[in-house]
Amino acid sequence: MPYTIAEKILLAHTDKTDIHPGEFIEARVDLALGNDITAPFAIAEFKKSGVRKVFDPKKIVLVPDHFAPAKDLQSANQCRILADFAKEQKIENYFEVGCMGIEHALLPEKGLVSPGDLVIGADSHTCTYGALGSFATGVGSTDLARAFIDGKCWLRVPQTIKFIYKGKLKKWTSGKDLILYTIGQIGVDGALGKVMEFSGPVINKLSVDDRFAMSNMAIEAGGVTGIIEPDEIAFDFIKRVHSQKFIVHSKKLRTTNYELRTLKSDKDAYYENIYEYDVSKLEPQLACPHLPSNVKPVSKLGDIALDQVVIGSCTNGRISDLRIAARILKGKKIKPGLRLIVIPATQKIYLEAVKEGLAEIFVEAGGVFSTPTCGPCLGGHMGILAEGERCLATTNRNFMGRMGSPKSEVYLSSPAVAAASAIKGRITHPDELGVRC
Amino acid sequence: MDSNLQTPNSRLQTNKMIIKGRVHKFGNDINTDDIIAAKYLVSTDEKELGKHCMENIAPDFVSKVNKGDIIVAGKNFGCGSSREHAPRALKGSGIASVLARSFAGIFFRNAINVGLPFLQLDDADKIKDGDLLEIDLTSGIIKNLSANQAYKSEPFPAFLEEIIKKGGLINYMKHH
Repeated sequence: MPYTIAEKILLAHTDKTDIHPGEFIEARVDLALGNDITAPFAIAEFKKSGVRKVFDPKKIVLVPDHFAPAKDLQSANQCRILADFAKEQKIENYFEVGCMGIEHALLPEKGLVSPGDLVIGADSHTCTYGALGSFATGVGSTDLARAFIDGKCWLRVPQTIKFIYKGKLKKWTSGKDLILYTIGQIGVDGALGKVMEFSGPVINKLSVDDRFAMSNMAIEAGGVTGIIEPDEIAFDFIKRVHSQKFIVHSKKLRTTNYELRTLKSDKDAYYENIYEYDVSKLEPQLACPHLPSNVKPVSKLGDIALDQVVIGSCTNGRISDLRIAARILKGKKIKPGLRLIVIPATQKIYLEAVKEGLAEIFVEAGGVFSTPTCGPCLGGHMGILAEGERCLATTNRNFMGRMGSPKSEVYLSSPAVAAASAIKGRITHPDELGVRC
Repeated sequence: MDSNLQTPNSRLQTNKMIIKGRVHKFGNDINTDDIIAAKYLVSTDEKELGKHCMENIAPDFVSKVNKGDIIVAGKNFGCGSSREHAPRALKGSGIASVLARSFAGIFFRNAINVGLPFLQLDDADKIKDGDLLEIDLTSGIIKNLSANQAYKSEPFPAFLEEIIKKGGLINYMKHH
């Protein structure tokens, strides 16, 4: 029977011979991820189960990134739980401060995710890795504990919604704008319990970083994952990050069913719905308070003054995001009184930004350049908003109080809009600054 | 597969199959930051988390909850992050059950895993803040004692019923 790419990957992680949407499966996972917020519960549940050893330490990743470097004593204790568990269980993929980064930028960069993989993470933005053609989805801490025990996860095979993007992107329109637009169209539950499959000529030309930004926000529409068929752009990225010939983790996928380069949805696969967007005229998009679906094009926003701009996160803290922000900020100063906080997502990106002179541009412009952390995105640290303050962030959520006071506001945008807005002190189209893209 | 979907029966694992309490009504898309803000995720203690439940959107919520009360909400309850702290905070606040028109995917998993009884109810909009409800978790019948109405919730698939009956995912595994 014809399958979508998501169904093919799920089938490859079971002993079954066929698979149907709606069906419950016990799937073998290739990678199970936890962070300093979710892993402490998972480790406690694992210990309560009486099982002494994790199923496979090589398939577990622990990243203290949300409140790390530890923002206070309590978060230090939580980070400690991860470090101790990693040592006890011989989990090599534990990334201490100095090696760590925001998990969803870090794992692909470390070559831990391959096309065709089934990845679960006790973090909702685990869906990010769908950009490489994996089935990656967020779960809870107890689900993670169960994966620690036997390397499995129950899943209900989701239906897939296909999104086809046609046309040619305008110069300041990015993957972030595509996904914001999409969420604006379908709503925060528009893909509830479904796979979002991104496709079409625009996606075929989109950079991996832009694809990550899109897949990252699938969960903001309720999506189980946001998947893109792996192509030469994905394979080039994977070849760069893998020190050796990359590994397809699923034995079944490796040996029998599908050649990786043909890991695509079948032509006659069933889709629950198909949306087709011509995005040739799409201008930069912003999600307005307090939902990621409250989306407007930048030209419709009027004069919205800002107190803070954050460029970073698992959505848009990658090197190409910092490059585009630096191109706009180069030789300019941010609006006096505004705070610009730039957070590279990983140590590698941090170092690249230093070597390329991007860090200098941000600091010269009047911004700060932070160590990698999720930090302000979830109101953790490194840029909490006071009552009445307004922030434009390249992050993924703008729920009420997400970045601090419940009486603060968060707008979401691409790094280009964020950088332009930092200079003007109000939400600004990058075109206004006359910079070449 | 379809037979899985049509198996009403024992509902959620709880030592109390009848829940009777007052309704705290919420709207659509109540997210996990609403339920428990990230600044409190430095604790794994249910009671501690419960003290700050719904703080951003309803600062007086915790002081109004009597143990055994019920949340009734619209669509997409629990959207946002994967934090298991959300259903734990609800339990810690004294909430005995959540009824909503629909639940976000990860919250749904977490509620099963931490033993927070929850039911999907198409008729959630008919229930008002302050109504007194009696929920029979075995039959899935919800009586609105204030409005003199009764509603039927959506049954759980058999696979999930089994996890619930066994007392959560980890216990379920011990039996398989």
